[in-house]
Amino acid sequence: MTVFVLEQLLNGLQLGVTLFLLAAGLTLIFGIMGIINLAHGSLYMIGAYAAALVARETGSWLLAVPAGLLAAGAAGMLIEMVIMRRLYDRDHLDQVLATYGLILFCNELVTLLVGRQPMFVGIPPGLAGAIELIPGVPYSIYRLSIIGFGLALAVGLYLLIQKTRLGMLIRAGATNRDTVRALGVDIRLLYTLVFGLGALLAGFAGIMMGPLLSVQVGMGEQILIMTFVVVVVGGVGSIRGAFFGAIIVGIVDTMLRGFMPGWMRGIISDTAQADALSAGLSSMGVYLLMALVLLFRPQGLFPART
Amino acid sequence: MTRQNVSIVLIVVLGALLLAVPALAAALGNPALVGLATRVLIYAIAAASLNLVLGYGGMVSFGHAAFLGVGGYVVGILFHHFRFSEPLFGVIAGSDQLLVVLPAAVLITGILAAGIGALALRTSGVQFIMITLAFAQMLYFFFIALKTYGGDDGLVIRRRSALFDLDMRDDRTFFYVVLGFAVTFFAIYATVIRSRFGLLLGAIRQNESRVAAVGIAPYRYKLAAFVISGMGAGLAGALLANYQRFVSPDMLHWTKSGELMMMVILGGAGTLFGPLFGAAALISLETYLTQWTERWMLILGPVLILIVLFMRGGIAGLIDQLLRRLK
Amino acid sequence: MSTLLEVRGLVKRFGGLVATDHLNLDVRSGEIHALIGPNGAGKTTVINQLFGDFAPDEGDITFDGASLLGLPTPARVQRGLGRTFQITRLLPDFTALEHLLLAVQAHQGHCFRFFRPARSDPRLLSPAREALARVDLADRADIKVSALSHGERKELELAIALALHPKLLLLDEPMAGLGASETEGMVRLLESLRGEVTMLLVEHDMDAVFALADRITVLVYGKAIASGTSDEIQANPEVKIAYLGEGDA
Repeated sequence: MTVFVLEQLLNGLQLGVTLFLLAAGLTLIFGIMGIINLAHGSLYMIGAYAAALVARETGSWLLAVPAGLLAAGAAGMLIEMVIMRRLYDRDHLDQVLATYGLILFCNELVTLLVGRQPMFVGIPPGLAGAIELIPGVPYSIYRLSIIGFGLALAVGLYLLIQKTRLGMLIRAGATNRDTVRALGVDIRLLYTLVFGLGALLAGFAGIMMGPLLSVQVGMGEQILIMTFVVVVVGGVGSIRGAFFGAIIVGIVDTMLRGFMPGWMRGIISDTAQADALSAGLSSMGVYLLMALVLLFRPQGLFPART
Repeated sequence: MTRQNVSIVLIVVLGALLLAVPALAAALGNPALVGLATRVLIYAIAAASLNLVLGYGGMVSFGHAAFLGVGGYVVGILFHHFRFSEPLFGVIAGSDQLLVVLPAAVLITGILAAGIGALALRTSGVQFIMITLAFAQMLYFFFIALKTYGGDDGLVIRRRSALFDLDMRDDRTFFYVVLGFAVTFFAIYATVIRSRFGLLLGAIRQNESRVAAVGIAPYRYKLAAFVISGMGAGLAGALLANYQRFVSPDMLHWTKSGELMMMVILGGAGTLFGPLFGAAALISLETYLTQWTERWMLILGPVLILIVLFMRGGIAGLIDQLLRRLK
Repeated sequence: MSTLLEVRGLVKRFGGLVATDHLNLDVRSGEIHALIGPNGAGKTTVINQLFGDFAPDEGDITFDGASLLGLPTPARVQRGLGRTFQITRLLPDFTALEHLLLAVQAHQGHCFRFFRPARSDPRLLSPAREALARVDLADRADIKVSALSHGERKELELAIALALHPKLLLLDEPMAGLGASETEGMVRLLESLRGEVTMLLVEHDMDAVFALADRITVLVYGKAIASGTSDEIQANPEVKIAYLGEGDA
């Protein structure tokens, strides 16, 4: 039992750091540019596809990872320059709709280029296999390395934002856009860079998740909605909130999925019904969490300081 | 001609066109047109309902598909119990009567909207968008989990609900039934918008603190709008379930909420007939683009972006500008 | 004359800053009471606490015999408090008349009326037009707010407040940004309301204040340093040093 709990905890942590990579970009973009970007999941998908394609063609993850990052980052900056820029002064409704249109376009474009068949990519050879964390409890090296990469990136992001000039501008921009303008900074360039940074993080999340899930059209939206849950639970515009929100959401979701079937089978005798019910109920869990947080802490658990 | 006269002429022309749809379809040798028009009318009801909160009240609900879907499921579930003659919870008998299932759908979605709205309206802005989305997602997964009613696969409704002795299986008859509901709905909707309540709703959209300063606490009026809106979407869902004789969790999916929003914006948010135009445009676009290419989203996506970026006011705004030029 | 508004020991702190410092203030029924003070004296902060925009940290506000503490803005308005805003808060898509329709329907009670058209309802229209005429905006009724001049917007704000028939009207710098002739018009308008409605007037234009006010309270750094008639205030040496002596802000 404890072994199972530990495993689920690690799986939750792994989902959590992945969600963080997406949520960090989303919350930064919202905090600084005031944009709700539904198409953030598309950047995750683009990263996953580019890496999977290169890995399949060349067999080399050393090429696949940069390819995925490049594709996601470039797509992000392109989207910012062509579309997002015109949405900064618009209301949320316009932003939601335009980026919704962008999702439709991206999904269809990927289908056109790669086809509707899901792609399965293997785990990079160096990271395959399992390691015994505690004697007798093997755990996937790949999942562990995702946790490692994710935490490392979280630290890197923290240092970038707290210690560098770009980070200073990002922090200033998140609380007061006019201040940054007054500093004589090219705000357009800053916005493009921030968007590109968000896209890189999303792309990296996509690359890492590729070997765990099947790479397919629509993968972006599934995780996007959960990412929104993270952002809202953590506090819109707050990186710290995105981190803790992601870990909480990741663990809650994984735990529910892990334990709900057992509980349900205890209550309902029909196994198929119990499984269906537990699948539905555990999917509802994070949304319930978000609704509760919004009702009691409308600004989220770790609101951005203003 | 005054503007009011122009509007009356337009409404008469629109009405005549709608009445003539089955005849037109027969004349053109295109019977599918009737089904298309039916779907347009049903979605127009749903989009207009959303427009009440989104366009007039300024509440960006990203979860209205939940009401559409629940309205549909009420019809499906009542029919299911009617067919197997086993009462729901042992007490509520099923039904296949349109005049029973539609009011039931409207009532239940109204209660649901009151619950969701009472909680969601404590937030605003992005948080409101997200919490409405969250509630809709919960319901979506709830219906997936409900294996009794088909779960993931949905629920087939073998026969359309009965209304008097009409042959509801005939698509033309069903079209006229839907048209009747749509006309009644739009008449009520137009009245509500012009009423004191409608005026207040418009003020709430623009500045809540101004409304508070004249001594009105906006919350309960926003909630009332949200409930009315949910009921309208529930009515549309019940009609849609009847039309397609099928309900599934897809009706509650968040992309469906997105589509409803798209119809409102495309047609013109905060205008009376905008949602009808938006529903007509989107559904026709979908139908004809699908026939032409499987990759219709490749066109629809950019079209949507261009509309948001460059065509403020939607189709209704465009018509308004044209009329102004005519004068 | 009875006291309509009684403020006792009001304190509001923003972080380390004391914006309102143990303020006592009495406004008598029927008077025009001016609240003056240099920029940053905390005049709008007082108005905001009276109107319920934020809660004071200490003290009490009694209006018409009952405490206002804890009541949200709409409830205060229903008890007879009206207000104009320093920076006008109007509805960009509405015409001048529509603002008044809103105010009149708010005054008449609840707005759960779904069927009778509001814009052609004589029970709304005639009081609405009357209120517009009162501020000389009758011929601007169908103009959208975005097309109104700054002065007209200020007048519209006043008309909205009047349509609610307040017992006490809080006027937050009604002359700010007005030209000389517009200011004159506003002074005449407020003068015409004397006796009909009690006013608490925050204003920088000293000529207007001395022309209108029955009594004046001088606020400096959130503290009331003097209170009295125009003549008393003009003669008060402390006020001269603290406020008038520093030149017109």
